[in-house]
Amino acid sequence: MLLEPMRSQLGVWRIERRPAATAWMRWASPLLALLLTAVIAAMLFAMLGKNPWQGLAVFFVEPLRNAYALSELALKATPLMLCALGLAIGFRANVWNIGAEGQFLLGAICAGWVALLDLASLGSVGLISLLLLAGMLGGMAWAGIVAWLRDRCNANEILVSLMLVYVAQLLLAWLVYGPMKDPAGFNFPQTPRFSAASVLPKLIEGTRLHIGFVVALLAALAAWLFMFRARAGHALQVAGLAPQAARYAGYSARRALWTSLLISGAAAGLAGAFEAAGPLRQLTPYVSAGYGFAAIIVAFVGRLHPLGIVLASLLLSMFFIGGELAQSRLGLPNALSGVFQGVLLFSLLACDALILYRLRRVV
Amino acid sequence: MSDDRSTGGPPLLQLQGIEKIFPAEPQPVRANDGIDLCVRAGEIHAVLGENGAGKSTLMKIIFGLLRPDAGSMRWQGQPVQLASPQAARALGIGMVFQHFSLFDSLSVLENIALGLPAGWSPDHSLTPLRQRFEAITASYGLQLDADRPVQSLSVGERQRVELTRALLGSPRLLILDEPTSVLTPQAVDSLFVTLRQLAAEGCAILYISHKLDEIRRLCSRCTVLRAGKVVGEVDPRQCSESQLSTLMIGAAPAALHDRTGNRGALRLSLHQLRLPPAQDFAVALHAISLELYAGEILGIAGVSGNGQQALMAALSGEDRRVAAGMLRIDGEALGGAGPASLRQRGLRYVPELRLGHATVPEHSLSQNVLLTRAGPDTLRHGWLRPAGMAAMAAAVMQRFGVRAAGVQAQARSLSGGNLQKYIVGREVSAAPRILLLAQPTWGVDVGAAAQLRSELLALRYAGVAILLLSEDLDELFALSDRLQVMAGGRLSPVVPTAQMTLERLGRWMSGLWEETQHAA
Amino acid sequence: MNEINNLALLSTLIAATLSAGTPLLLAGLGLLVNERAGVVNLGAEGMMLLAAVAGFALALATGSDVLALAGGALAGALAALLFGVFAIYLNTNQYATGLALSLLGGGLSAFVGIDYVSRNLPRLPLTGIPWLSDLPWFGPALFRQHWAVYLALLLALLIGVFLQRSRAGLALRAVGESPESAHALGLPVRRVRLAAVCFGGACCGLAGAYLSVIYTPMWVEGMVAGRGWIALALTPFATWRASRVVIGAYLFGGVTLLQFHLQSIGVEISSALLSMLPYLATILVLALISRNPVWIQRNMPASLGRPFTPGQ
Repeated sequence: MLLEPMRSQLGVWRIERRPAATAWMRWASPLLALLLTAVIAAMLFAMLGKNPWQGLAVFFVEPLRNAYALSELALKATPLMLCALGLAIGFRANVWNIGAEGQFLLGAICAGWVALLDLASLGSVGLISLLLLAGMLGGMAWAGIVAWLRDRCNANEILVSLMLVYVAQLLLAWLVYGPMKDPAGFNFPQTPRFSAASVLPKLIEGTRLHIGFVVALLAALAAWLFMFRARAGHALQVAGLAPQAARYAGYSARRALWTSLLISGAAAGLAGAFEAAGPLRQLTPYVSAGYGFAAIIVAFVGRLHPLGIVLASLLLSMFFIGGELAQSRLGLPNALSGVFQGVLLFSLLACDALILYRLRRVV
Repeated sequence: MSDDRSTGGPPLLQLQGIEKIFPAEPQPVRANDGIDLCVRAGEIHAVLGENGAGKSTLMKIIFGLLRPDAGSMRWQGQPVQLASPQAARALGIGMVFQHFSLFDSLSVLENIALGLPAGWSPDHSLTPLRQRFEAITASYGLQLDADRPVQSLSVGERQRVELTRALLGSPRLLILDEPTSVLTPQAVDSLFVTLRQLAAEGCAILYISHKLDEIRRLCSRCTVLRAGKVVGEVDPRQCSESQLSTLMIGAAPAALHDRTGNRGALRLSLHQLRLPPAQDFAVALHAISLELYAGEILGIAGVSGNGQQALMAALSGEDRRVAAGMLRIDGEALGGAGPASLRQRGLRYVPELRLGHATVPEHSLSQNVLLTRAGPDTLRHGWLRPAGMAAMAAAVMQRFGVRAAGVQAQARSLSGGNLQKYIVGREVSAAPRILLLAQPTWGVDVGAAAQLRSELLALRYAGVAILLLSEDLDELFALSDRLQVMAGGRLSPVVPTAQMTLERLGRWMSGLWEETQHAA
Repeated sequence: MNEINNLALLSTLIAATLSAGTPLLLAGLGLLVNERAGVVNLGAEGMMLLAAVAGFALALATGSDVLALAGGALAGALAALLFGVFAIYLNTNQYATGLALSLLGGGLSAFVGIDYVSRNLPRLPLTGIPWLSDLPWFGPALFRQHWAVYLALLLALLIGVFLQRSRAGLALRAVGESPESAHALGLPVRRVRLAAVCFGGACCGLAGAYLSVIYTPMWVEGMVAGRGWIALALTPFATWRASRVVIGAYLFGGVTLLQFHLQSIGVEISSALLSMLPYLATILVLALISRNPVWIQRNMPASLGRPFTPGQ
């Protein structure tokens, strides 16, 4: 219907794909999508009997109002950024790992396990390095299962990575209700608090913002180098975009699969380690606020580009903070954040479709 | 158009001034440019033309799959506009497609039910249809089992399904698009019997082909197309093959160069290469042997779909199942070594598919250099050298006159000819010792094609071993020193081009070279 | 004495398996039709969540399970319509669009459902099928179930017949096999695909509403707990055949219940670990069946996940 030619006195017109989307269009699309989301959000606030301007302010102004608010914004952007960078590399290789949430949780579990070991002799730097490494390895192992099953058995990575999210959630629940439960914790499902030696260095005193944010920014730089300057990154993207061209060049499809999944897993695991050792300082069943899933949106809104992901992770962080504020200020459920995330992704898909196609006069 | 007709009744279908333009970069393609055509009841009317002459577009217009941009159509004298295949079928037009529109997982009868104009009727039972199916197949001698899944059928049987489907609609006009391109000679013969029977019953047949001998055997009228225009209407029984081919191609095939002896040492050889199909519906290769010498162009002719893709995948190293001893370069056993190793030994390959195989469509020309030109100019310790890549792309573009917005232009933004110049340039400027090309001038504009051909000849004289796989007979005759023909996953004996006639080539393309050998 | 106990236990097992397998069966059948037309909708989980909350709200408001399930089906179909317009008419990536629907469904259902958390529905009396449910041995287990359980089985039968025997089913399979060929034959490819997607959504909706209104019956955020994804894994497991979806659904339904049975017979394993079983089983089954590409591809719609634009 939409794509069939329309006949009029002006001639025959057809909606067709643009031969090449120009760069500004690719970047205009997320901005347009954001605008569309804001309009839908305003309408939703109005329907809920709230002042739309006040509602929008809670999401888009309040999270920026002072230095502390900004530090919180950066804090919540950290796991989103790390997870999304890894996912973007996977998506560019046409490997649909959507289980960053599970890899994130494994990272948190492994980092928490190291933090609770009696390793004070390592010193603070040693301990922190070790727990971050453990987090990365945990995430890699979880993603490695996906790669192995896809490589050996051709099992669909979407479903396997997603199933492993549930397994990771239950594993975490088992640990904090069982083996890792704090004996002095009044039977709450939580581990003991991590030792002082594992406290992450703060970026700004008096805030919760820790070095993880800097690491995430460095990771964005590294991801950019990998995607656009490393041969391995190039090979991986060729495999994703045109498998036949990858065979022509002699690139290995298996290597692309393993590399992209292990990188995604390491990034998500690192994010989990930072979250556990940073703001949380202990493991509970609620380690993740859904960062691993929101990171999928971050990756798409950021156009699978590291710079875009940095910006998009700050945007989605605003959504998370806005959701909390909407609860305390406007008495609206926190879940509103999830609604807006979904609307944003749909808006992006719509804007992409409309921008990638154009009206063209055929006759 | 008023000369007397020995065959045919009153005009059934009349086309006047049909035009069809496809949008394309940089300029639109005129696939049909003012075409007139008249088909009479009971005649077998050929539409002859090379690939890309506009035959298939014209047939799709007649069958309602495409709408013409200009021109008129009359059916039994009445003006008609066909909006859809259903409308065409309602008039009594049936079509057998070149690429069969069959559904592999469905049975023969189910496939036929889908093609019938029953619409969405609640008639769930296939029993009445089965009876009609058996009556039709029996009366036209089409052997088919109604319940077999189509994926288990041979190509010839699949065509019979298409034909039966068209016949069940009791057509007054039946269109066959390149019906014999994939058939064995026996299957062609039995198809012709059916078609003659149909014509005798008063059905008009439009027979699209580029095979001269078949048209002369079967058809009573022949409309020749070239570059979207009608260039002649003749009685093919009164014409020689060379007259027909002159009409079709524009000029009789002539050698472009003197083919003076330039042959050097053996560079590349295949020995008894056998490969099962890489996937379902691919063609298996049977005991293929070939030898490619320095300073020659070896032409491989054949209708596509006869194993050419599998052969090129094996030669280029992309198919790693090739056993080591089957593929040798300079005597070194290199089967299964992979494309990168072969490239290191000077083997360069220009694949048929320009977007998605030879280049990554979404990547820039600069990025696409890296696919085949990884080396010190473009890489340092596993890191890209963007400046080096851009310089290499720019050099290729300049030397081969590639018109594009710059080295950062996406590959898919280039026209076919310009992209092909870039790809050939990328491989040629790597100083190949062996160059494999598949359909290098397919869909390329005339100027670019001429430029590419003269590049190839220059390389030949410079001592490069060139294997040219093409469907364009004109090109093969003009460039090749020796010719081989591929049919049904087998390779014919090799003959010097001077000893090959069009007529012999046509027979070989049907896979009939063994008999030829004995006869000769 | 012991034998009577065993019989009672087995009877409970069968009854519970039928009940637990029903949402998977409903969703799996819908996705089967959906995928037979060549479209993958990864939004199953989101559609089920939306339908679960819609069904729960309706049940609370009207007290009618018929209205609740119908409302759930409608909610699922509407969500699928959104997906279909994007993926089929705007040609957006099917995977990305399905994920978007899953995320939106999760968020929206949590938002809408906030008022329904910890509200209880009265458990419906199960009338079952008269006479049959009074049969000795497994009579009650098999025949004293909610009518939706039998509806799911009836649906399996109807879909099987529809796909294999009807002309419309034939057209649907043709569209999933090769949209280009179907278009050349004059079938309305995109309309067929949209209809299949909406049917899939309605079935997922029924499944979601069954969960919140009949199975649990209550509403909790994220209560579908991955059943949408398991249902997506059911279609390759069943090699796209309705009869095998039935087997798969009850198999996974049984695995879901295993934790309760193991606990009831005194196995000392944490419930969290036992709860992993359905997910681990899904992974295991996916790995096992995917090993043999011939087996998987025999009935796999050849154009699954591939977009189609007519006239190109």
